[in-house]
Amino acid sequence: MNRIARAWDSDIAWSFRHSPVAMLAALVALLIILSAVLAPWIAPHDPFNPASLNLMDGFTPPMEPNAFTGNVFWLGTDNQGRDIFSAILYGARISLFVGFSAVVFAMVLGISIGLLAAWRGGWVDSLLMRIADVQLSFPSILIALLIFGIARGVIPPAYREEMAIWVLIVAIGLSDWVQFARVVRGAALVEKSKEYVQAARLVGAHPARIVLSHILPNVMGPVLVIATIGLALAIIAEATLSFLGVGVPPTQPSLGTLIRIGQGFLFSGEWWIILFPSIALLALALSVNLLGDWLRDALNPRLK
Amino acid sequence: MIAYILRRIVQSVLVMLVVALVSFSLFRFVGDPVATMMGQEASQADREALRDRLGLNDPVIVQFAGFIARAAQGDFGISYRLQQPVMELILSRLPATLELALISGTLAFVLGVGFGVYTALNRRGLLSGAIMTVSLIGVSLPTFLIGILLIWIFAVELQWLPSFGRGETVDLGPWRTGLLTESGRASIVLPAITLGLYQMTLIMRLVRAEMLEVLRSDYIKFARARGLSDRAVHFGHALKNTLVPVITITGLQLGSIIAFAIITETVFQWPGVGALFINSVQFVDIPVMAAYLMLIALIFVVINLVVDLLYYAVDPRLRVDRTAAQH
Amino acid sequence: MTEPLLSVRDLRVEFPTRRGTLTALDGVSFDIMPGEVLGMVGESGAGKSLTGAAIIGLLEPPGRIAGGEIRLRGERIDILSPDAMRRIRGKRIGMVFQDPLTSLNPLYTIARQLTETIRTHLPLSEADARQRAIALLDRVGIPAAARRIDDYPHHFSGGMRQRVVIALALCAEPELVIADEPTTALDVSVQAQIIDLIKEICAERGAAVMLITHDMGVIAETADRVAVLYAGRLAEIGKVKDVILDARHPYTKGLMGSIPTLTQESDRLVQIPGAMPRLSAIPQGCAFNPRCPEVFARCFVERPEPVKIESGRQVSCWIEEWKVGHG
Repeated sequence: MNRIARAWDSDIAWSFRHSPVAMLAALVALLIILSAVLAPWIAPHDPFNPASLNLMDGFTPPMEPNAFTGNVFWLGTDNQGRDIFSAILYGARISLFVGFSAVVFAMVLGISIGLLAAWRGGWVDSLLMRIADVQLSFPSILIALLIFGIARGVIPPAYREEMAIWVLIVAIGLSDWVQFARVVRGAALVEKSKEYVQAARLVGAHPARIVLSHILPNVMGPVLVIATIGLALAIIAEATLSFLGVGVPPTQPSLGTLIRIGQGFLFSGEWWIILFPSIALLALALSVNLLGDWLRDALNPRLK
Repeated sequence: MIAYILRRIVQSVLVMLVVALVSFSLFRFVGDPVATMMGQEASQADREALRDRLGLNDPVIVQFAGFIARAAQGDFGISYRLQQPVMELILSRLPATLELALISGTLAFVLGVGFGVYTALNRRGLLSGAIMTVSLIGVSLPTFLIGILLIWIFAVELQWLPSFGRGETVDLGPWRTGLLTESGRASIVLPAITLGLYQMTLIMRLVRAEMLEVLRSDYIKFARARGLSDRAVHFGHALKNTLVPVITITGLQLGSIIAFAIITETVFQWPGVGALFINSVQFVDIPVMAAYLMLIALIFVVINLVVDLLYYAVDPRLRVDRTAAQH
Repeated sequence: MTEPLLSVRDLRVEFPTRRGTLTALDGVSFDIMPGEVLGMVGESGAGKSLTGAAIIGLLEPPGRIAGGEIRLRGERIDILSPDAMRRIRGKRIGMVFQDPLTSLNPLYTIARQLTETIRTHLPLSEADARQRAIALLDRVGIPAAARRIDDYPHHFSGGMRQRVVIALALCAEPELVIADEPTTALDVSVQAQIIDLIKEICAERGAAVMLITHDMGVIAETADRVAVLYAGRLAEIGKVKDVILDARHPYTKGLMGSIPTLTQESDRLVQIPGAMPRLSAIPQGCAFNPRCPEVFARCFVERPEPVKIESGRQVSCWIEEWKVGHG
């Protein structure tokens, strides 16, 4: 209890309670994440189950009974009679899964590479950081597309569909590790030269132990900031790739896929098919981004 | 100075070689070029003959040298999908992408610097707050959503501007331009805004942050203490110091515009190299992917080089020539 | 009695923060006579630099003058419009900052920075301003001034750059020069030269100097009078000779004890135990009470006001108050 009270009184919590934007963003993000996680239980329909789809329900506008079946859908249906609301819940689930996985992958990779570069120094460090520099000068969406393309070439066509989501995660993760590596390397270099680390090395403490107990805790703040903003970027990257038609397979539509499908109906007046998934994607990306922005400011008062 | 330029050029060539190696590996190891070119029913002997003819039985290093030699002459082979020389495909689509990139890059730079300076100087102003909020939304909005939104408003609802394609084009020698016709100019408006918006917000935020940093610096305080007018302090001193580091990143941003054009070109069905690349990724058209990669790398390296030289020209501290370290 | 050049009365500077308002300067009063050198000493954070910044109207927001008045030749300057204040800065009050390495804009030549300052304040042509600038550089001891004027700041050493900064502060013949730790960032070997230069050149032009430093030694050699600041309050002010030989405030006594002198018998420096309180934790009563060796009950309750003990000499201490009261 005491600890909770202290945490509540800490600077971070203080700045959280005094930032309506951060609180609203946290609320929206939490709401979307919760409903995505609970999608199988709260979604009115299962958009992946062809048996539950009725083509007669197709193109039902939001909140209006369908002309043939009389069914009412909150956010309307698409051309196949799929409930948009349910599709969004399941789509957000896939978007979030890919986003989180890609960020965790990028984080683990980046932290490992950063620590390795700082610890070994010399040519290992130079090589890794050169690679990071070169990669950073190219837009990550290009890197992700390239990795995706290569993976498609390597994986036999029969497995492409089922591997697609993992390829996507790896492609986004690989395009996004550099920030982590740089921050961790910088912090690790600073810590490494400090006396207590030197002392720990002298008395023969295992390098891994020094890294885990001394260096990692010092970089958790910046890493958390990069991870939060990275999550927003990964969600956008996934949506973009899916929108471009090179992301998740159409059988597992993410928010980006839904928008891709909806774009076709923009001219024919079925605006709801594209509007609601777009709003969901925007709300998700924006709230996570705002949280990341706030976190960066809160951890770094100097930057305000 | 000469040594510096030479060193930079050598570095650029090295980067190009690394990218060439990646492209070459794509060619050589991703998918089987023989299987792709001959189909299922070719005999083993035919395959071997083709392997030999393509040089696939040579040592890898010889193949790589051959690849670079051909690439230097613009020969990237034949597209698997379209059965045309890759270079021809790219060259015919490059003007569309370059026109789009150039216009949106100019837009992004001019507006980005303008808004950045304004928000830095009027930090607490109402308009600054509005610009910053909109820019945050701009950064969070995926490019394709901005494009769709613009299409919805200006093409579907208002029907002011076309939603896809380049409109009428005019051939100026090998360069097919859309800028000389009414419909061509109308067609480029929405894609240019879509492509430039993200870069503009980035440049704006960068300029703002950099300018705030500069405004806190000692020489700005000293300039104020000397009684210089706000105009002289802000635009004479602070702006120039702000723009020096901004040039580097802005230059790189302009490079990435060409890469980001992939998304915009898909949304607006713009017949540029980005759309070509997306199709090649979908169909695993390796020669086109490899050539596109080399092209983008070349553009980046050239921009990097130009930006470095520009930086050198703007910042006297880097010109350690004549009176260096005189006391 | 002549009218003071600068007169500061009950100056109060506050910084509103989210945890309450900090009072950085509290009831500071002093005068500077024309042509006089006033030393301002204190530990870092005592408010010396803030006093300087408040006088020339360049307090960093959110810092603000919350009370008191500042008069230049009888005219209030703390309530002037920003533009009127700007015309005083550099023209009537010159300023020299601590770090010459960061005080000059690295992207402009010395000539450009000098002429723009001169032409801001004086109705001179570009050519005349340049002539004046060269003469000034020559006067502050830049060798081959006519040639070096077109160099960039990074071509000069720290000591030379501080000479340039002094030239900049003096280029419109100000009546007062505020020198904020002008030698702290310099090499020890050139510190004395710079101090001598400031004193000499100001004496020659009849400009008064407010010399902000934490170095009592510099004050002893340079200043006519000295003001001692502690935790944003004036502890003691008087002629340098009087204050050094006969310090009255316990803090000043401690400060004097910490200057090493060749004639001193004891082989160790007297240190004041403890540290200056943070602005957020200034004790009730006299701010010095936690560290004062002569503290008594009243010091914890009431804040001592400055008492005049002889002409031009004031001390804020209850012991002096008591002495004055009891003859």
